[in-house]
Order: sequence, then C-alpha cells, then structure tokens
Amino acid sequence: MDSLTFVAVASIISAGLCIGIGAIGPALGEGRALAQALASIAQQPDETNTITRTLFVGMAMVESTAIYCFVVSMILIFANPFWNYFLGKVGG
Amino acid sequence: MQLSPDNIIYQQWGIASLNATIIFTWIVMAIVTAGARLITKRLSTGPDIPSWQNLLESIVVLILGQIRDVTRQEPRRFLPFLGTLFIFIAMSNLLSIVPGFQPPTGSLSTTTALALSVLVAVPIYGIIDAGLKDYLKNYIMPTPMMLPFNITGEISRTLALAVRLFGNVMSGGMIGGILLAIAPLIFPIIMQLLGLLTGLVQAYIFAILAAVYIAAGLKVHEKSVQPITVRLVEPSTNTAEKE
Repeated sequence: MDSLTFVAVASIISAGLCIGIGAIGPALGEGRALAQALASIAQQPDETNTITRTLFVGMAMVESTAIYCFVVSMILIFANPFWNYFLGKVGG
Repeated sequence: MQLSPDNIIYQQWGIASLNATIIFTWIVMAIVTAGARLITKRLSTGPDIPSWQNLLESIVVLILGQIRDVTRQEPRRFLPFLGTLFIFIAMSNLLSIVPGFQPPTGSLSTTTALALSVLVAVPIYGIIDAGLKDYLKNYIMPTPMMLPFNITGEISRTLALAVRLFGNVMSGGMIGGILLAIAPLIFPIIMQLLGLLTGLVQAYIFAILAAVYIAAGLKVHEKSVQPITVRLVEPSTNTAEKE
C-alpha cells in the first residue's frame, strides 16, 4: 500500500468510527433529558414553557458534541488536509 | 460536493473574493430590510391593522417575551442585538428550501462572525450595566485561581456556538444530497421538512444562548447588590406581570 491509499483507508474508517461512536453518547443523553422533561411536564403542566425552553437549550448543548463528531468526519471525507498534502506530493 | 458556500467564488480581485456566502448574506439582508421597510411604511394604531403589521408585531412581542423570561430584566435594550441575530439566522435557514439558495449560515465564516459578535456583546452589555471593574471581577469570581478556566470557558462557548450552527445547517444540506443519491423519491423532502424545523430551532437556540451569556455577564452586578432572597422571588413576580 502506498501512502495515498493508506491515508484514504484511514480517513474513511476513522470518519465512520468518529460519527458512529460519537453519536452514541449524545443520543443516550438526549433521550434521558427528554424522558425527564416529559415526566416533569406530566407532573407540573403549568411549567411547560420553562421546561421546554430549558430542554431545548440543554439539548443543543448536549448535541454539540455529536455535531463536533459530524464536522470532523465531514472534514475527513470531503476536505481532508492530509489527503490534499499527499496528493500534492505525488502530483508535484 | 461542497462543504461550504465559501468555495463557490464568483469574482476575484487579488486577495478579495466575492463568494456565495457574501452574496447570499446580502440577499437575506436585502429581503429582511426591504420587507421591514415596506411593512412599516403604513403602520396604523387603530383596531384595524394590516395583517403584515400584525405579523411583525407578534414576532417582536414573541422575542421580547422570550428575552424577558431568560434574562429576567427589561428586555427592550437587548432587542436590537438578539432580535437581529434571531431574524437573520431564522430567515437564512428558512430560505434554504428555495432551490439554488445556499444558506449563509451553512458557512463556518458566517457563524464564526455571529459568534464573535456575541463574544464582544457580552462584555459590552456587562460593562454598561455594571461598570468595568465589577465586570472584570466576574472573571475571578469564586477565587482568582478560576481565571484561566473562566477565559477558556468564554472562548470554548464561542467556538461551540459557531460550530453548532454551522454543523446543523451544513448537515441538513449534506443529508439532503446523500439521500438524493440513495432514495431520491420522497425521503429528501421529509429531510428538508425536518431541516426547516431544525433551522428554526437552531436560530432560537443561538439567540437564547446569546441571551443567557449576556444575562450571565449582568448577574454578578445584581447578585452583589441584592440579597439572594429577593432574587429568588423575582421570577414569579415577572411571570405574574406577563400574564
């Protein structure tokens, strides 16, 4: 395997691993948060507005880790700096 | 496949280039400004108001109410900044269903600019509210040892604000493109619908988080002036006023 193939294989595999593993944590966390918020709304329907707003903001915070993973895997696939480096080395 | 509209370049003069992000930002700005101008041209205070005026009024009242709920202060002085953020992001996210429109929020440079303006706005509101010394005291609040952590927190939350909006908007377009290759019949439309919802929620979250950060910059002042018990009572009186 020359270095270009190795970079391609490593990027594709690590992009898949990145988003696959990175989505587990936020999904579990958001599920817990949603379940808890629904339970709280069932207990105190008057506070629905506050609970929903806090839930949205909190979920956005939790979700951002998944978004980081997504951005990293997108960079690995579509705008890979190592790939461009080795491609330039081979071409030049 | 394009990762961001920055890569679509229309004109290039030396190092300055006119890319799709700038063009579509201008388009969104023009639509928002021209729409507001046209609607506010004939305002009326009577019982019969034009339906467009009704729309704008309800948007403004909604934003004011949300800011009041989050910051627990008179919301009108935050309205220009937070309202602009919300309307700009919501408008550019909603327009992304128009074919050929590249949402400017799907570019990391736009979202970084927005997040940087929040980073600058927080100390400005804090200093106007509390004075320079009281605001800077914020950074060494529990102990002076916390100074590096507070600064790191400020930078990392700005980064998170930028990357979150960029990632969400970009992923909407990206998933649409991928699904178009796999299952082109119905699923892209469903994902576009979901993208509309996500876009509005992201605009809301961006504005609310900016409000939370600004309010966090103001709180110290309030805390040092008023005893805690008064602060705990305040929320209920505020909601009572609203109703």
